[in-house]
Amino acid sequence: MATKTKKDIVIPGEIISKGNDFLPGDWTMKQGENIIATRIGIVEKYDKLIKIIPISGVYIPRGGNVVIGEIKDITMNGWMVNIGGPYSSFLPLRECPGFIEESEMENVYGIGDLIVTRIFDVRRTSVDLTMKSRERGLGKIQSGIVVRVNPHRVPRVIGKEGSMIKMIKDASNCYITVGQNGLIWINGDDIEKQAFAKRIVEYIVDNTTTEGLTEKVEKWIAENKPASIKTVPKEEKSEENVEVKE
Amino acid sequence: MVYKITRKNVLEAVNKEKRLDGRGLLDHRPIEIKFGVSNKAEGSVSVKIGKTEVVCGIKMGVQEPYTDHENEGTMTTSMELLPLSSPNFEYGQPTIEAVEMARIIDRGIRESGFIEFEKLCIKDGEKVWSIFIDLAIINDDGNLIDAGALAAILALMTARFPEYDEKTEKIKFGEFTDKKLPLNADKMPLTITFFKLGEKIFIDPTREEEEVTEGRLTIEVSKPEKEEMINAMQKGGEAVFSIEEVNSMVDEATKIFKKLNSLVTDELKKAKKEAKEK
Amino acid sequence: MAYTKRIDGRKLDELRDTSAKIGVVPNADGSALFKQGDTVAIAAVYGPKILNPKHCQNPEKGVLRVHYNMLSFSVSERIRPGLSRRSQEISKVTEWALAPLVLLDELPGTVIDVHINILQANAGTRCAGINAAAMALAAAGVPMTEMISAVAVGKIDDKIVTDVTKEEEDYEEGEGATDIPVAFLSNSGKLTLLQLDGRIQAKRMKEALEAGKEACKKIFEIQKKALKEVE
Repeated sequence: MATKTKKDIVIPGEIISKGNDFLPGDWTMKQGENIIATRIGIVEKYDKLIKIIPISGVYIPRGGNVVIGEIKDITMNGWMVNIGGPYSSFLPLRECPGFIEESEMENVYGIGDLIVTRIFDVRRTSVDLTMKSRERGLGKIQSGIVVRVNPHRVPRVIGKEGSMIKMIKDASNCYITVGQNGLIWINGDDIEKQAFAKRIVEYIVDNTTTEGLTEKVEKWIAENKPASIKTVPKEEKSEENVEVKE
Repeated sequence: MVYKITRKNVLEAVNKEKRLDGRGLLDHRPIEIKFGVSNKAEGSVSVKIGKTEVVCGIKMGVQEPYTDHENEGTMTTSMELLPLSSPNFEYGQPTIEAVEMARIIDRGIRESGFIEFEKLCIKDGEKVWSIFIDLAIINDDGNLIDAGALAAILALMTARFPEYDEKTEKIKFGEFTDKKLPLNADKMPLTITFFKLGEKIFIDPTREEEEVTEGRLTIEVSKPEKEEMINAMQKGGEAVFSIEEVNSMVDEATKIFKKLNSLVTDELKKAKKEAKEK
Repeated sequence: MAYTKRIDGRKLDELRDTSAKIGVVPNADGSALFKQGDTVAIAAVYGPKILNPKHCQNPEKGVLRVHYNMLSFSVSERIRPGLSRRSQEISKVTEWALAPLVLLDELPGTVIDVHINILQANAGTRCAGINAAAMALAAAGVPMTEMISAVAVGKIDDKIVTDVTKEEEDYEEGEGATDIPVAFLSNSGKLTLLQLDGRIQAKRMKEALEAGKEACKKIFEIQKKALKEVE
């Protein structure tokens, strides 16, 4: 694997701005006249705000994020969920659609189950989750596989306007749901397709810093696609009904 | 991370004779070997199988022989599951997992006749060499027994005696000779552990795969003359095996032994070449 | 005979061959290998994560747990596997050296585990360990105010030297050998590790600390470069 020195990665303690040009944002702090980075990452300037985009480490929960978590415990008023990192996350009973009896809670989401859920409130060390959302696809994961990746590489897996994720879907004939906390749910007809999708995801994550990633991924897919996976041609919108042949 | 759903995934894959990473049931991940990871050891090696990395260091000592083996050297094998290598390992007394692994690896080497223990005798009944095989896990991604056993063999094969002062009967630590350990290269044992999940059997699991398996069978094979020998066997876990399954695994083990054997031979040749070039 | 020339031919203020690399333990949240001459240290960081059991949690700030240990075959005379009193002491001074950097106030109720293992030892092991640990913490995305670099300076006979080797530590002629491991913070230049093993004239202490400071600046450059190299 090629190593590349990225000029714009800064390390903790590195001075990223002098004087009063900027205000310190996420993962920065004022030190005398200067603003320094307090976490390894990439500098980003947004108006008068200078901040660090982390490239490693724990997931930082943000309101509105879709995440995939594991049910850890069931209490009287909800479920304790692990979404990674040092946060205790909670899915309150009242945030689930419909009426659920206390005795039914285990059946709805049992300990060890994985759920696709949405963050609606973030406090200092705790996160509240919700299943009530216009977002489709929230709920318990019943089938498919779940891959865990560095949460900071998730944007690359999704790609510009979802272009990368579409490539994975097309190549593997699988549905992909990306949790911002680095868990990715892959669901398809059979394990071979799912396994292939997993490998594409892993290839992307291992190569996020390479230039021309899209072309590289296309090439990798062409070279590694198992013969058993045939690309289903997209349904053409036309006057006549086109039969989709496998 | 192993989730409830992981077992279903791995089972589905192996039932189709495939793995999530595209391998077949009897395929190893890529194996990477690096000699001389500690120049203070009499011999040392790092073995990577996929993302699993194990290091092995050979240290020599001198001691009194055991009363029932008065003219034989001694051997001790230890395995450290370093907390560095996995969020699941903790500090403290060696766990039963570590103890069992070390003992399995030890038995295979001891029984095979690979080490000529009589040649480790310095003075009958009084002084013998002791070999310490110390294994430490650097990154745990499954199949630690096989990785450890391979590391032990390679470290032994490249180890050499330290300087020994016959007058003071003490080792001159830090000074090495060119003399290799007394080994029967043709009796070299190699370890293959088979894992069972449902009705399927496979080798070299990742940690995720290994966590959902129900049992394992470790077989240590050598080929001293024309015939393959089994030098140690250990069934682990709660799964049950049929006679047919065991026979089939023994059969496969001999085939896999061949592959591993040529890998070892190639790596040792490479190491020798590099040492000469230095 | 006075110590006029160093045993390995280096200048008095010269470091041994130094190199660093991150990402050596895939399972860890951050990891690094640091090589100082013949001394090789690996560090792996797991966390920040929730500290269990709950009653051990500090509601005000996070906890840094450091464990340092040498592998049995890292030295000439084998060490029995397991923690020793020496490794316990070094674990503690390392924790004290690293804690000031980490923004633990922002991580209440959590723990960050730092594991340091020495693969090969030729003096300066706790310093190599700190250098590796600092990189592993940074690579793990742990919030820190600055970096830290460590080196063992020493007084061999009457010469202040940088990056002491085992042979130098064992030097017995003249004034003998004194080993002074130090660690300096990259921005503030403050000391967070300072130990002394041996004897030194009080008036020479300044010189030793200056030598340490200069050496740590060089080591910092190597750590910085390795951290910026992303695969």
